[in-house]
Amino acid sequence: MSEELLQDLGEHIQEKLPHMVQSSRMQNGELIVEAELSGLVKLMQYLRDDKECQFKMLLDITAVDYPSRPKRFEVVYNMLSMRQNQRVRVKVSIADGETVPSMLGLFKSAGWYEREVYDMYGIVFSGNPDLRRILTDYGFDGHPLRKDFPMTGYVEVVYDPQSQQVVYEPVSLTQDYRNFDFLSPWEGMTDVQLPGDEKAVKPKFGANSAQQSAEDSALIAKK
Amino acid sequence: MNNALMTAKTEEQDRDETLREISDETHIKPYTLNFGPQHPAAHGVLRLVLEMEGEIVERADPHIGLLHRGTEKLIEYKTYTQAIPYFDRLDYVSPMNQEHVFAMSVERLLGITVPDRAQYIRVLFSELTRILNHVLNITTYALDVGAITPSLWGFEEREKGMEFYDRVCGARLHANYFRPGGVRYDMPAGLAQDMWDWTESFPKFLDDLETLLTENRIFKQRTVDIGTVSPDEAVEWGFTGPMLRASGFAWDLRKSQPYEVYDKMDFDIPVGKTGDCYARYLVRMEEMRQSLRIMQQALNEMPAGPVMTDDHKVSPPSRMDMKQSMEAMIHHFKLYTEGYHVPAGETYTAIEAPKGEMGVYLVSDGTNKPYKCHVRAPGFAHLQGLDFMSKGHMLADAVSIIGSMDIVFGEIDR
Repeated sequence: MSEELLQDLGEHIQEKLPHMVQSSRMQNGELIVEAELSGLVKLMQYLRDDKECQFKMLLDITAVDYPSRPKRFEVVYNMLSMRQNQRVRVKVSIADGETVPSMLGLFKSAGWYEREVYDMYGIVFSGNPDLRRILTDYGFDGHPLRKDFPMTGYVEVVYDPQSQQVVYEPVSLTQDYRNFDFLSPWEGMTDVQLPGDEKAVKPKFGANSAQQSAEDSALIAKK
Repeated sequence: MNNALMTAKTEEQDRDETLREISDETHIKPYTLNFGPQHPAAHGVLRLVLEMEGEIVERADPHIGLLHRGTEKLIEYKTYTQAIPYFDRLDYVSPMNQEHVFAMSVERLLGITVPDRAQYIRVLFSELTRILNHVLNITTYALDVGAITPSLWGFEEREKGMEFYDRVCGARLHANYFRPGGVRYDMPAGLAQDMWDWTESFPKFLDDLETLLTENRIFKQRTVDIGTVSPDEAVEWGFTGPMLRASGFAWDLRKSQPYEVYDKMDFDIPVGKTGDCYARYLVRMEEMRQSLRIMQQALNEMPAGPVMTDDHKVSPPSRMDMKQSMEAMIHHFKLYTEGYHVPAGETYTAIEAPKGEMGVYLVSDGTNKPYKCHVRAPGFAHLQGLDFMSKGHMLADAVSIIGSMDIVFGEIDR
C-alpha cells in the first residue's frame, strides 16, 4: 500500500467533489476525508462506484464525542477497497440533535452499525427503519459512550427476594470510584499553570518532550 | 367421448378440491420462536427471535448485547497498558490476536518499531491462536450438526496449544502477552523445540479429523448448500475472513496488507467456491495447515535478540537495571502509575484475526489514556447477515449457519 497513491486518491476525491468534501489529509499513512453533512450520501456513493475508488466495503461506523466542540459528534466511516487495496476514513461532524442520513441504501452492512452508534451516542440516522437499541439492555436509558455518561452508570440490577425477580436499583458503590490522576505536570497538563511556575517556559507537548521529561523526572527524584 | 372428457375433468376438480381442503386443514399459522439465550447451539448468549412458517425460517432477528460489558467505555478510563487485558476478553477464543491489533495501533501512534524477534514471536503465536480458534470452531460446529467425537478429540489437542500459552505467559487463556513495543517475555528454554514437535504431530490430528467430517454423509447433508453467500452479498454485508474467502475472494490481510513479518512467510490462501457452510468448513481446515507452515517457518527463521523495544519511555526496564539505576527505577514507577503518553492522533489498524478483519479505531488526545477506542469485530458483521442467510431454510439449518459463522459473543457484544 503506497502512501503517495492514497494521497493522490484524496486529491482526486477533493477535486471531483469540491462541495461535499471539506478537506482530505493523511495521518499515520491513512487517508481521512472530512465530509459535509449535506453531501455525505453522494460522497459515499461516489467512493463506492467510482472506478478509481471502489470502496465497496463499509467495514465500520462509529462516532467520537467532543463535548467542547459546537458540533459535538464526529461520525466515522471506515471503508475498504479490495480492488485498490486501500482504506479510507470518512468523517462528518454533527451537532447534538442533528440527524445523519442512513447508509442503508448503499451498504447493507450499515444497519447494525448505525444501531450501535444510535445506542451508544444517541445519534439518529434518518432512513434506517430498524433503529432499535442493540447492545444495551431492553429499556435502557441514556447513551453510555457519551463523555458525560458516568463510567459506573446510573442503575444496577439486584435480585429482590420479596418479589422473587431481578430489579433495577440506583447504583450504590461501597467505595467511591477512584479515578487517579497520574498526569505529570510536565507532560500531560500543559495548559495548567502551576503556582510558582509563572516564569517557566511552557514545555513542548507529547512525544517530543520525552527527552526533557526524562531529565525532569530524574531531577525531581534526586531532590 | 365427450362424456368421458367431462368425467375426467370433474375428477380433476374433485382432486383439486380435496387437496385444497387438506392444505387448509394443515395450514400452519406463522409463529414466532424464541431461540436462546441459553441454548447449546447458540454459542454463548445469542437470543434469536425467529419468525417461522412451519419449520421454515422467514425472518431471523438476533438480539445481542447479553454479554455487553462496556469494554470501550472502560478503556477510556484506563492507561494504554491497562487496556490490553480487556482485549483478551473480547474474542476469548483467540486472545493473542486481539492484543496484537491493539498493540499495533498504539505502536502506529507512537511511531515505534518492534524488534525482529518479537515480530517472529508474534507471528508464531498469532498462528497458534488461529489453529486453536479453528479447532474449537470446527469441532463444536460438528457437535452442533450431530457429531460428538471431533469435539472430544479436538479439546485434547487444543489443550496442548494452551500449554504453550501457559509456558510463554503464565496463563492458559487471558495472556496479556503482546504489549506495545514487543512481547512481555522471551520464550522460555525448550519451548521452541516443543512447539516444533507439536507442529509435526498436529497434521495427524487434522487428517483424523478430516476422515471424520470431510466425506461424512451426515455432515455434508447438514452443510452443503446451506447458508450460501454469493460474492456480492459477502462484500455488501461487510464479511471478512473465512466467511469472505469461502465465497470466492482471495482476500487476506496477511497477504494484501502484510504486517509484522508475514511478507517473509511462504503460505497460501485457501479460497472456497460455493460460499456455503461446507466451503467455510473446508477453508478453515486448510487455513490450519497453512498456519502450521507459517509456524514452522517462524520457528526456523526466528533470530536472536531483544523482544521489547529499548525505548524505556514505553517498555519497562529490566529487573537488574532497576536494582542499580535510579533512572530505570523512575521509568518503572512512572510506567506503572502514569503510563506512557501517546501523541495526539488517530488510527484504524486492522489485522487478519481467525474470524476475519479485527480492527481498532484509536483516538489519542496526547494524554496517557485513549480518548476513544472502538473495536471493529468481524463477528458483528457476520451475525448481521444471519437474517438473509437463514431465510427460507429450516430451523435446524439456522443452527448450522450459526455454527459456520464462528461467532463468539465476547467480541460481538464487547
